[in-house]
Amino acid sequence: MTDMSVQNSEYEASMGDYFALLKPRVMSLVIFTALVGLLVAPVSVHPFIGFVGVLCIAVGAGASGALNMWWDADIDAIMKRTAKRPIPSGRVQPGEALGIGLALSGFAIILLLLATNVLAAGLLAFTIFFYAVVYSMWLKRATPHNIVIGGAAGAFPPMIGWAVATGSVSIESILMFALIFMWTPPHFWALALFVKSDYGDAGVPMLTETHGRDVTRRHVIVYAVLLVPVAVGLGFTSIGGPIYLVTSLLLNAWFLKGCFDIWRRDDAAANADNYTVERQVFKVSLYYLFGHFGALLAEAVVRASGFGGL
Amino acid sequence: MAIRVEHEVHQRRKGRNFGVGILLASFIGLIFALTVVKVIQLGDARQFENFDHVARPAIIPQEGETE
Repeated sequence: MTDMSVQNSEYEASMGDYFALLKPRVMSLVIFTALVGLLVAPVSVHPFIGFVGVLCIAVGAGASGALNMWWDADIDAIMKRTAKRPIPSGRVQPGEALGIGLALSGFAIILLLLATNVLAAGLLAFTIFFYAVVYSMWLKRATPHNIVIGGAAGAFPPMIGWAVATGSVSIESILMFALIFMWTPPHFWALALFVKSDYGDAGVPMLTETHGRDVTRRHVIVYAVLLVPVAVGLGFTSIGGPIYLVTSLLLNAWFLKGCFDIWRRDDAAANADNYTVERQVFKVSLYYLFGHFGALLAEAVVRASGFGGL
Repeated sequence: MAIRVEHEVHQRRKGRNFGVGILLASFIGLIFALTVVKVIQLGDARQFENFDHVARPAIIPQEGETE
Protein backbone atom coordinates (compact mmCIF):
# COMPACT_ATOMS: atom_id res chain seq x y z
CA MET A 1 0.00 0.00 0.00
CA THR A 2 1.44 3.38 -0.93
CA ASP A 3 1.53 6.36 1.34
CA MET A 4 -1.01 8.12 -0.88
CA SER A 5 -3.49 5.29 -0.87
CA VAL A 6 -3.34 5.14 2.90
CA GLN A 7 -4.07 8.84 3.17
CA ASN A 8 -6.90 8.70 0.64
CA SER A 9 -8.80 5.82 2.20
CA GLU A 10 -12.02 7.20 3.64
CA TYR A 11 -12.73 4.55 6.26
CA GLU A 12 -10.47 2.43 8.40
CA ALA A 13 -12.08 -0.84 9.41
CA SER A 14 -12.20 -1.27 13.17
CA MET A 15 -11.98 -4.48 15.20
CA GLY A 16 -15.77 -4.24 15.56
CA ASP A 17 -16.19 -4.41 11.79
CA TYR A 18 -14.10 -7.57 11.61
CA PHE A 19 -15.95 -9.02 14.59
CA ALA A 20 -19.28 -8.37 12.82
CA LEU A 21 -18.07 -10.70 10.03
CA LEU A 22 -18.29 -13.56 12.54
CA LYS A 23 -22.07 -13.14 13.04
CA PRO A 24 -21.90 -12.79 16.85
CA ARG A 25 -25.63 -13.45 17.39
CA VAL A 26 -25.41 -16.82 15.63
CA MET A 27 -22.25 -17.53 17.64
CA SER A 28 -24.13 -17.11 20.93
CA LEU A 29 -26.54 -19.93 20.00
CA VAL A 30 -23.60 -22.08 18.85
CA ILE A 31 -21.74 -21.50 22.14
CA PHE A 32 -24.81 -22.39 24.21
CA THR A 33 -25.69 -25.62 22.36
CA ALA A 34 -22.05 -26.75 22.09
CA LEU A 35 -21.56 -26.13 25.80
CA VAL A 36 -24.66 -28.18 26.64
CA GLY A 37 -23.47 -31.01 24.35
CA LEU A 38 -20.15 -30.96 26.20
CA LEU A 39 -21.58 -30.76 29.72
CA VAL A 40 -24.26 -33.44 29.37
CA ALA A 41 -21.76 -35.99 28.02
CA PRO A 42 -21.03 -38.87 30.42
CA VAL A 43 -17.25 -38.23 30.27
CA SER A 44 -15.81 -35.39 32.33
CA VAL A 45 -13.41 -33.03 30.61
CA HIS A 46 -10.76 -30.79 32.14
CA PRO A 47 -12.42 -27.35 32.40
CA PHE A 48 -9.71 -25.65 30.34
CA ILE A 49 -9.87 -28.30 27.60
CA GLY A 50 -13.65 -27.83 27.58
CA PHE A 51 -13.19 -24.06 27.32
CA VAL A 52 -10.78 -24.45 24.39
CA GLY A 53 -13.21 -26.90 22.74
CA VAL A 54 -16.16 -24.49 22.94
CA LEU A 55 -13.91 -21.59 21.87
CA CYS A 56 -12.82 -23.52 18.76
CA ILE A 57 -16.42 -24.41 17.89
CA ALA A 58 -17.44 -20.74 18.28
CA VAL A 59 -14.49 -19.48 16.22
CA GLY A 60 -15.22 -22.12 13.56
CA ALA A 61 -18.84 -20.95 13.40
CA GLY A 62 -17.64 -17.35 13.13
CA ALA A 63 -15.21 -18.30 10.37
CA SER A 64 -17.99 -19.92 8.35
CA GLY A 65 -20.03 -16.73 8.88
CA ALA A 66 -17.16 -14.67 7.42
CA LEU A 67 -16.89 -17.02 4.43
CA ASN A 68 -20.67 -16.76 3.96
CA MET A 69 -20.47 -12.94 3.97
CA TRP A 70 -17.62 -13.04 1.46
CA TRP A 71 -19.55 -15.28 -0.93
CA ASP A 72 -22.92 -13.54 -0.50
CA ALA A 73 -21.63 -9.95 -0.64
CA ASP A 74 -23.45 -9.39 -3.95
CA ILE A 75 -26.89 -10.39 -2.67
CA ASP A 76 -26.30 -8.85 0.77
CA ALA A 77 -25.90 -5.48 -0.97
CA ILE A 78 -29.35 -5.84 -2.58
CA MET A 79 -31.31 -6.82 0.54
CA LYS A 80 -32.18 -4.16 3.13
CA ARG A 81 -31.65 -6.49 6.12
CA THR A 82 -28.08 -7.29 5.08
CA ALA A 83 -27.02 -4.12 3.23
CA LYS A 84 -25.34 -2.73 6.36
CA ARG A 85 -23.07 -5.76 6.79
CA PRO A 86 -19.33 -4.96 6.72
CA ILE A 87 -18.66 -5.90 3.07
CA PRO A 88 -21.67 -4.40 1.23
CA SER A 89 -21.33 -1.21 3.31
CA GLY A 90 -17.69 -0.94 2.22
CA ARG A 91 -16.18 -1.14 5.71
CA VAL A 92 -14.34 -4.41 5.00
CA GLN A 93 -12.90 -5.59 1.69
CA PRO A 94 -14.14 -8.97 0.35
CA GLY A 95 -10.57 -10.32 0.27
CA GLU A 96 -10.14 -9.49 3.96
CA ALA A 97 -13.29 -11.45 4.82
CA LEU A 98 -12.08 -14.43 2.79
CA GLY A 99 -8.67 -14.29 4.48
CA ILE A 100 -10.17 -14.01 7.97
CA GLY A 101 -12.64 -16.83 7.25
CA LEU A 102 -9.95 -19.21 5.98
CA ALA A 103 -7.42 -18.32 8.69
CA LEU A 104 -9.90 -18.70 11.54
CA SER A 105 -11.19 -21.98 10.05
CA GLY A 106 -7.66 -23.37 10.03
CA PHE A 107 -6.96 -22.06 13.53
CA ALA A 108 -10.17 -23.53 14.99
CA ILE A 109 -9.83 -26.96 13.35
CA ILE A 110 -6.13 -27.44 14.14
CA LEU A 111 -6.42 -26.21 17.73
CA LEU A 112 -9.48 -28.43 18.31
CA LEU A 113 -7.51 -31.38 16.92
CA LEU A 114 -4.55 -30.68 19.22
CA ALA A 115 -6.67 -29.95 22.28
CA THR A 116 -9.25 -32.73 21.93
CA ASN A 117 -9.59 -35.42 19.26
CA VAL A 118 -9.77 -36.14 15.52
CA LEU A 119 -13.54 -36.72 15.48
CA ALA A 120 -14.38 -33.36 17.04
CA ALA A 121 -11.98 -31.55 14.67
CA GLY A 122 -13.33 -33.50 11.68
CA LEU A 123 -16.92 -32.64 12.57
CA LEU A 124 -15.99 -28.96 12.92
CA ALA A 125 -14.23 -29.00 9.53
CA PHE A 126 -17.29 -30.63 7.96
CA THR A 127 -19.62 -28.07 9.59
CA ILE A 128 -17.60 -25.15 8.19
CA PHE A 129 -17.51 -26.82 4.76
CA PHE A 130 -21.25 -27.53 4.93
CA TYR A 131 -22.20 -23.94 5.81
CA ALA A 132 -19.74 -22.18 3.50
CA VAL A 133 -19.86 -24.49 0.48
CA VAL A 134 -22.98 -26.71 0.59
CA TYR A 135 -25.35 -24.07 2.00
CA SER A 136 -23.91 -20.68 0.91
CA MET A 137 -22.42 -21.58 -2.47
CA TRP A 138 -24.77 -24.30 -3.59
CA LEU A 139 -28.17 -24.60 -1.89
CA LYS A 140 -29.00 -21.02 -0.95
CA ARG A 141 -29.52 -19.80 -4.51
CA ALA A 142 -30.70 -23.13 -5.93
CA THR A 143 -33.67 -24.40 -3.93
CA PRO A 144 -36.43 -23.07 -1.65
CA HIS A 145 -35.56 -25.91 0.70
CA ASN A 146 -32.14 -24.32 1.29
CA ILE A 147 -32.97 -23.64 4.93
CA VAL A 148 -33.95 -27.28 5.58
CA ILE A 149 -30.67 -28.85 4.47
CA GLY A 150 -28.56 -25.81 5.36
CA GLY A 151 -29.95 -25.99 8.89
CA ALA A 152 -27.68 -28.98 9.46
CA ALA A 153 -24.75 -26.59 9.83
CA GLY A 154 -26.41 -25.00 12.85
CA ALA A 155 -27.27 -28.41 14.28
CA PHE A 156 -23.72 -29.75 14.52
CA PRO A 157 -22.38 -27.74 17.53
CA PRO A 158 -23.91 -29.93 20.32
CA MET A 159 -22.69 -33.01 18.46
CA ILE A 160 -19.17 -31.53 18.33
CA GLY A 161 -19.40 -30.59 22.02
CA TRP A 162 -20.34 -34.20 22.79
CA ALA A 163 -17.46 -35.46 20.63
CA VAL A 164 -15.02 -33.15 22.48
CA ALA A 165 -15.90 -34.99 25.70
CA THR A 166 -16.45 -38.54 24.51
CA GLY A 167 -14.55 -38.79 21.22
CA SER A 168 -17.57 -40.51 19.72
CA VAL A 169 -21.01 -40.06 18.16
CA SER A 170 -23.98 -41.65 19.91
CA ILE A 171 -27.77 -41.71 19.82
CA GLU A 172 -27.82 -38.80 22.29
CA SER A 173 -25.68 -36.54 20.12
CA ILE A 174 -27.56 -37.57 16.97
CA LEU A 175 -30.87 -36.64 18.62
CA MET A 176 -29.46 -33.28 19.79
CA PHE A 177 -28.43 -32.68 16.18
CA ALA A 178 -31.87 -33.77 14.93
CA LEU A 179 -33.62 -31.49 17.42
CA ILE A 180 -31.98 -28.35 15.99
CA PHE A 181 -32.19 -29.68 12.43
CA MET A 182 -35.97 -30.25 12.61
CA TRP A 183 -36.55 -27.05 14.60
CA THR A 184 -34.86 -24.75 12.05
CA PRO A 185 -37.50 -24.87 9.26
CA PRO A 186 -40.60 -23.95 11.33
CA HIS A 187 -38.54 -21.37 13.24
CA PHE A 188 -37.27 -19.74 10.06
CA TRP A 189 -40.51 -19.95 8.06
CA ALA A 190 -42.52 -18.40 10.91
CA LEU A 191 -40.09 -15.48 10.63
CA ALA A 192 -40.31 -15.46 6.81
CA LEU A 193 -44.10 -15.10 7.01
CA PHE A 194 -44.05 -11.80 8.92
CA VAL A 195 -40.81 -10.19 7.74
CA LYS A 196 -41.19 -8.39 4.46
CA SER A 197 -38.26 -9.88 2.62
CA ASP A 198 -36.55 -8.86 -0.57
CA TYR A 199 -34.98 -12.26 -1.24
CA GLY A 200 -36.82 -12.28 -4.58
CA ASP A 201 -34.99 -9.12 -5.70
CA ALA A 202 -31.70 -10.81 -4.81
CA GLY A 203 -32.61 -13.97 -6.72
CA VAL A 204 -32.69 -16.18 -3.63
CA PRO A 205 -35.54 -18.71 -3.78
CA MET A 206 -37.52 -18.60 -0.55
CA LEU A 207 -40.48 -20.88 0.03
CA THR A 208 -42.80 -17.93 0.73
CA GLU A 209 -42.07 -16.56 -2.72
CA THR A 210 -41.54 -19.67 -4.85
CA HIS A 211 -44.48 -21.75 -3.53
CA GLY A 212 -46.60 -19.12 -1.84
CA ARG A 213 -47.43 -18.32 1.75
CA ASP A 214 -50.18 -20.94 2.15
CA VAL A 215 -47.71 -23.70 1.24
CA THR A 216 -45.24 -22.20 3.73
CA ARG A 217 -47.91 -22.35 6.44
CA ARG A 218 -48.43 -26.05 5.67
CA HIS A 219 -44.68 -26.66 5.85
CA VAL A 220 -44.54 -25.00 9.28
CA ILE A 221 -47.09 -27.41 10.79
CA VAL A 222 -45.61 -30.50 9.05
CA TYR A 223 -42.09 -29.81 10.38
CA ALA A 224 -43.46 -28.92 13.82
CA VAL A 225 -45.26 -32.31 13.97
CA LEU A 226 -42.12 -34.17 12.79
CA LEU A 227 -40.11 -32.33 15.45
CA VAL A 228 -42.18 -33.73 18.35
CA PRO A 229 -40.91 -37.36 18.36
CA VAL A 230 -37.30 -36.18 18.03
CA ALA A 231 -37.62 -33.71 20.91
CA VAL A 232 -39.54 -36.02 23.23
CA GLY A 233 -37.47 -39.08 22.22
CA LEU A 234 -34.32 -37.36 23.50
CA GLY A 235 -35.88 -37.52 26.96
CA PHE A 236 -35.70 -41.33 26.94
CA THR A 237 -31.96 -41.46 26.33
CA SER A 238 -29.26 -41.40 29.02
CA ILE A 239 -29.19 -37.57 29.06
CA GLY A 240 -32.95 -37.20 29.47
CA GLY A 241 -35.11 -37.51 32.55
CA PRO A 242 -38.28 -36.20 34.21
CA ILE A 243 -37.26 -32.52 34.09
CA TYR A 244 -36.51 -32.74 30.39
CA LEU A 245 -39.64 -34.75 29.57
CA VAL A 246 -42.01 -32.37 31.36
CA THR A 247 -40.28 -29.34 29.79
CA SER A 248 -40.34 -30.95 26.36
CA LEU A 249 -44.01 -31.93 26.52
CA LEU A 250 -45.04 -28.42 27.62
CA LEU A 251 -42.88 -26.67 25.02
CA ASN A 252 -44.04 -29.01 22.23
CA ALA A 253 -47.70 -28.44 23.13
CA TRP A 254 -47.12 -24.66 23.13
CA PHE A 255 -45.18 -24.67 19.87
CA LEU A 256 -47.57 -27.09 18.11
CA LYS A 257 -50.59 -24.98 19.11
CA GLY A 258 -48.91 -21.91 17.59
CA CYS A 259 -47.93 -23.73 14.38
CA PHE A 260 -51.46 -25.15 14.13
CA ASP A 261 -52.83 -21.59 14.37
CA ILE A 262 -50.41 -20.47 11.63
CA TRP A 263 -51.65 -23.30 9.40
CA ARG A 264 -55.33 -22.60 10.06
CA ARG A 265 -55.26 -18.96 9.03
CA ASP A 266 -54.50 -17.12 5.83
CA ASP A 267 -52.72 -13.90 4.94
CA ALA A 268 -55.89 -11.83 5.09
CA ALA A 269 -56.34 -12.75 8.76
CA ALA A 270 -52.61 -12.28 9.39
CA ASN A 271 -52.62 -8.83 7.80
CA ALA A 272 -55.62 -7.85 9.90
CA ASP A 273 -53.75 -8.37 13.17
CA ASN A 274 -50.25 -7.52 11.87
CA TYR A 275 -49.04 -11.15 11.99
CA THR A 276 -49.48 -11.45 15.76
CA VAL A 277 -49.63 -15.26 15.69
CA GLU A 278 -46.58 -15.62 13.44
CA ARG A 279 -44.56 -13.22 15.60
CA GLN A 280 -45.61 -15.09 18.73
CA VAL A 281 -44.67 -18.49 17.26
CA PHE A 282 -41.26 -17.16 16.25
CA LYS A 283 -40.71 -16.00 19.84
CA VAL A 284 -41.95 -19.33 21.20
CA SER A 285 -39.55 -21.16 18.86
CA LEU A 286 -36.63 -19.41 20.58
CA TYR A 287 -37.96 -20.39 24.03
CA TYR A 288 -38.44 -23.90 22.61
CA LEU A 289 -34.80 -24.41 21.71
CA PHE A 290 -33.31 -22.73 24.78
CA GLY A 291 -35.85 -24.56 26.96
CA HIS A 292 -34.91 -27.98 25.62
CA PHE A 293 -31.17 -27.47 25.95
CA GLY A 294 -31.62 -25.75 29.30
CA ALA A 295 -33.58 -28.80 30.52
CA LEU A 296 -30.79 -31.12 29.33
CA LEU A 297 -28.35 -29.01 31.33
CA ALA A 298 -30.65 -29.16 34.38
CA GLU A 299 -30.76 -32.96 34.09
CA ALA A 300 -26.96 -33.08 34.00
CA VAL A 301 -26.73 -30.85 37.09
CA VAL A 302 -29.24 -33.06 38.95
CA ARG A 303 -27.32 -36.20 37.97
CA ALA A 304 -24.00 -34.67 39.00
CA SER A 305 -25.41 -33.65 42.37
CA GLY A 306 -26.56 -37.22 43.01
CA PHE A 307 -30.31 -36.61 42.90
CA GLY A 308 -30.87 -38.33 39.58
CA GLY A 309 -30.93 -41.88 40.87
CA LEU A 310 -28.60 -42.95 38.05
CA MET B 1 10.49 14.12 2.02
CA ALA B 2 11.65 13.76 5.58
CA ILE B 3 10.90 10.48 7.25
CA ARG B 4 8.32 10.99 9.96
CA VAL B 5 8.27 8.42 12.72
CA GLU B 6 4.70 9.27 13.60
CA HIS B 7 2.32 9.04 10.69
CA GLU B 8 -1.36 9.95 10.80
CA VAL B 9 -2.16 6.33 9.94
CA HIS B 10 -0.57 5.22 13.21
CA GLN B 11 -3.15 7.16 15.16
CA ARG B 12 -5.99 6.03 12.89
CA ARG B 13 -5.10 2.36 13.26
CA LYS B 14 -4.29 2.55 16.95
CA GLY B 15 -7.44 0.75 18.07
CA ARG B 16 -7.04 -1.96 15.47
CA ASN B 17 -3.39 -2.54 16.29
CA PHE B 18 -4.20 -2.65 19.97
CA GLY B 19 -6.89 -5.27 19.23
CA VAL B 20 -4.49 -7.39 17.17
CA GLY B 21 -1.96 -7.17 20.02
CA ILE B 22 -4.51 -8.40 22.55
CA LEU B 23 -5.53 -11.25 20.22
CA LEU B 24 -1.90 -12.35 19.74
CA ALA B 25 -1.21 -12.18 23.48
CA SER B 26 -4.38 -14.20 24.13
CA PHE B 27 -3.29 -16.76 21.56
CA ILE B 28 0.09 -17.17 23.26
CA GLY B 29 -1.61 -17.48 26.65
CA LEU B 30 -4.07 -20.02 25.28
CA ILE B 31 -1.37 -22.26 23.79
CA PHE B 32 0.78 -21.98 26.93
CA ALA B 33 -2.13 -22.86 29.25
CA LEU B 34 -3.18 -25.72 26.98
CA THR B 35 0.37 -27.08 27.05
CA VAL B 36 0.50 -26.88 30.86
CA VAL B 37 -2.86 -28.70 31.17
CA LYS B 38 -1.87 -31.39 28.66
CA VAL B 39 1.48 -32.02 30.36
CA ILE B 40 -0.08 -32.16 33.83
CA GLN B 41 -2.70 -34.60 32.53
CA LEU B 42 0.12 -37.01 31.57
CA GLY B 43 0.70 -37.51 35.28
CA ASP B 44 4.15 -39.14 35.05
CA ALA B 45 6.72 -36.52 34.02
CA ARG B 46 8.85 -39.21 32.32
CA GLN B 47 6.20 -39.55 29.64
CA PHE B 48 7.06 -36.19 28.16
CA GLU B 49 10.74 -36.19 29.10
CA ASN B 50 11.04 -39.14 26.75
CA PHE B 51 10.49 -36.84 23.81
CA ASP B 52 13.34 -34.38 24.29
CA HIS B 53 15.79 -36.38 22.07
CA VAL B 54 18.53 -36.25 24.69
CA ALA B 55 20.01 -39.27 26.47
CA ARG B 56 18.56 -39.20 29.98
CA PRO B 57 19.84 -42.11 32.07
CA ALA B 58 17.59 -40.99 34.91
CA ILE B 59 14.45 -41.94 33.00
CA ILE B 60 15.60 -45.38 31.85
CA PRO B 61 13.77 -47.94 33.99
CA GLN B 62 16.23 -49.80 36.19
CA GLU B 63 16.15 -53.54 36.73
CA GLY B 64 13.59 -54.47 39.38
CA GLU B 65 11.99 -51.03 39.23
CA THR B 66 8.24 -51.00 38.87
CA GLU B 67 6.52 -48.45 36.61
